[in-house]
Amino acid sequence: MDFNATLIGEMISFAILIWFCVHFIWPHINKAIEERQIKIAEGLNAAERAHAELKDADHKVAAEIKVARQQASEIIDKAQQQANQIIDKARGEAITEINRLKASAQDDIASMAQRARDQLREQVGALAVQGASKIVQREVDASTHKALLDQLAAEI
Amino acid sequence: MASESGGLTEYIQHHLTHLRPQASPDGFWAVHIDSVTVSLVLGVLFCLLFWLKARKATAGVPGKGQAFVELVLEFVDGQVKDVFHGDRRFLGPLALTVFVWVFLMNAMDLLPVDLLPWITEKFGVGHFRAVPTADINMTFAMSLTIFVLIIFYSFKAKGAGGYMHELFTAPFGAHPLLWIPNFLLNVVELLSKPVSLAMRLFGNMYAGELVFMLIAGLFSAGAGVAGWALYGAGIIGYTVWGLFHILIIGIQAFIFMVLTIVYISMAHDHH
Repeated sequence: MDFNATLIGEMISFAILIWFCVHFIWPHINKAIEERQIKIAEGLNAAERAHAELKDADHKVAAEIKVARQQASEIIDKAQQQANQIIDKARGEAITEINRLKASAQDDIASMAQRARDQLREQVGALAVQGASKIVQREVDASTHKALLDQLAAEI
Repeated sequence: MASESGGLTEYIQHHLTHLRPQASPDGFWAVHIDSVTVSLVLGVLFCLLFWLKARKATAGVPGKGQAFVELVLEFVDGQVKDVFHGDRRFLGPLALTVFVWVFLMNAMDLLPVDLLPWITEKFGVGHFRAVPTADINMTFAMSLTIFVLIIFYSFKAKGAGGYMHELFTAPFGAHPLLWIPNFLLNVVELLSKPVSLAMRLFGNMYAGELVFMLIAGLFSAGAGVAGWALYGAGIIGYTVWGLFHILIIGIQAFIFMVLTIVYISMAHDHH
């Protein structure tokens, strides 16, 4: 073991190294590490928050979809009801129209039949008068026997 | 390299001789220029490497260099945190300096044992020992500096009165008859710290260096087939010991750092 001035020189340089490390190395790196730790913690926090928000939004969307679906089905129901009403109304109108047409046609038929009957009656009356005049061999005065003839026509 | 038989002793002695100034090859001022140079170069290297990374250290995504430096720092900080529960603004950097510097100096052992001497010989310097921690001056320089810090922190944490009280009354008791035994025991305990710290590191590195030299002696052991067989054995031995030594240099640096932390945190503790 040969101790000499090397010892003291090395002690001094060791002390200088320690001093350098204390002042110029450790604080800077330590600061960076601590700042990064904070950053990472913040990042993790933010991620967690975003996750929760996403979940929230999902819930909201689901609820809104549910509401929209309900509204849509309501609208469809209403539309169907409206369509049914329209159809019913149209059917009613058509039926009244048909009835009306049928009634007027029946009126026409009745009036035409009446006319035909009247004509027939007149002609029968005339024929009857002709027949009768042939039978009595003389002219029957139509005007004298008008009342009689009219009665006859009404009876046919 | 020694070539003739019996040259191994000479070879090893040659390699165990420190580089000293020619003006004073003996005595107090025979400074080991090799130890001082290598340790200072490594110390500056450590400072530069870590300072450059520290200067540009950001909280953002770190580069690989910054990540490495942070890895080392957090490792050391974790060790300090485990042992010492207080302000780490001094003890942390101290432990970092001890760890990295001792590791770098130990790592010089992994250079081929003849490399640096061979290079310096080209410049006309005959003796050059590459491993500063295999120089007892180096290890004691560190352990004595730490010893001074132990004393300083003992006074700082407990006050002069408190520290004196502890020296004389712990561990046996406060009875006046026990003052002297207490004090003697405490002095032994105190002095054993720097001695064991320095001797452990020195012994490990010195022995490791010596084994490297012995193995390296195989390379010039002889001629012919036997010589070549020994040469092969030398290569294998050197490789195996080198691999094993990687473990040793790390462990020794780690032990030195942990004991430094333990001693200084003990100085903070009250009995």
